[in-house]
Amino acid sequence: MSDDASGVNSPSGNELNYMFRIQGGDFAGAGAVSSRIKKILQQIGTKPDVIRRASIATYEAEMNVVIHARMGEVALTATPLKVHIRILDEGPGIPDIGLAMQPGYSTASDEIREMGFGAGMGLPNMERCADNLEIRSVVGTGTTVDMVFNND
Amino acid sequence: MDQSRQEVVGVMEFAKLSEEVSGTTEDRVGLTLAQIQSILKAQVLCCEEKMGSQAFSACGCDLMSDVLAFTKPGSILLTGLTNSQVVRTAEMLDLKGIVFVRDKQPDADTIRLAMDCGIPLLSSPYPLYESCGLLFAKGLKGCITVE
Repeated sequence: MSDDASGVNSPSGNELNYMFRIQGGDFAGAGAVSSRIKKILQQIGTKPDVIRRASIATYEAEMNVVIHARMGEVALTATPLKVHIRILDEGPGIPDIGLAMQPGYSTASDEIREMGFGAGMGLPNMERCADNLEIRSVVGTGTTVDMVFNND
Repeated sequence: MDQSRQEVVGVMEFAKLSEEVSGTTEDRVGLTLAQIQSILKAQVLCCEEKMGSQAFSACGCDLMSDVLAFTKPGSILLTGLTNSQVVRTAEMLDLKGIVFVRDKQPDADTIRLAMDCGIPLLSSPYPLYESCGLLFAKGLKGCITVE
């Protein structure tokens, strides 16, 4: 995992920006980005409940990239009032987002299920954890997930 | 015997003396990891210095997304899966520890990850159903209340 970290002060207050990469198929390294993001949120004093929900949702998103995509990027933007996490991937995309949001629906292989994933709860978990979730996808190109967590 | 080892032994001695659940926080009743180790006849694989910490609930599950959906912080996880993602799941949820059932043991990389994350790992000879039952009988509740 490589990451670029930069801090930018915006006129409205402090804003931190981080970018991380995820390698598709890298099960040994999966979760490292979410772990790093969790530590960053702890260091900057984000509310514990927000840290927990953001960590769970980011981890589910990271696993989706590792399981389904070729590669992905995670962008974290944190202000005192809000945490925004965007996950973009290059991969197959999601043909029917509504169907994918249904608990229990999964396109994961048997090998993935043997690891304990692929039960079809990833996207529902992300929706449950985030204060705002948007998913955009192009079949054959990839998927972008935007999650916002209110820290006020 | 160094001090940390003495503390662990001290906690385990207490667990043997008392068969009842001990320690409450507000209205929550918990079990220490040392008590859980004793009840499940478990081997400690790492983070032995944390055996005095307390779990207030438990989840027995092999589906990590279900664990992420339903498990409360402060819980322990009982599972038959030994891959590193079990440790990552526990890290995300701030779980108190993981018990691998049926004498299952994770590989060295997974144990190392758990040490880095500060998550105690135990391995019990009991299967999942029996392990959960033994802890439930000692007052360790699950994470979901069914009305």
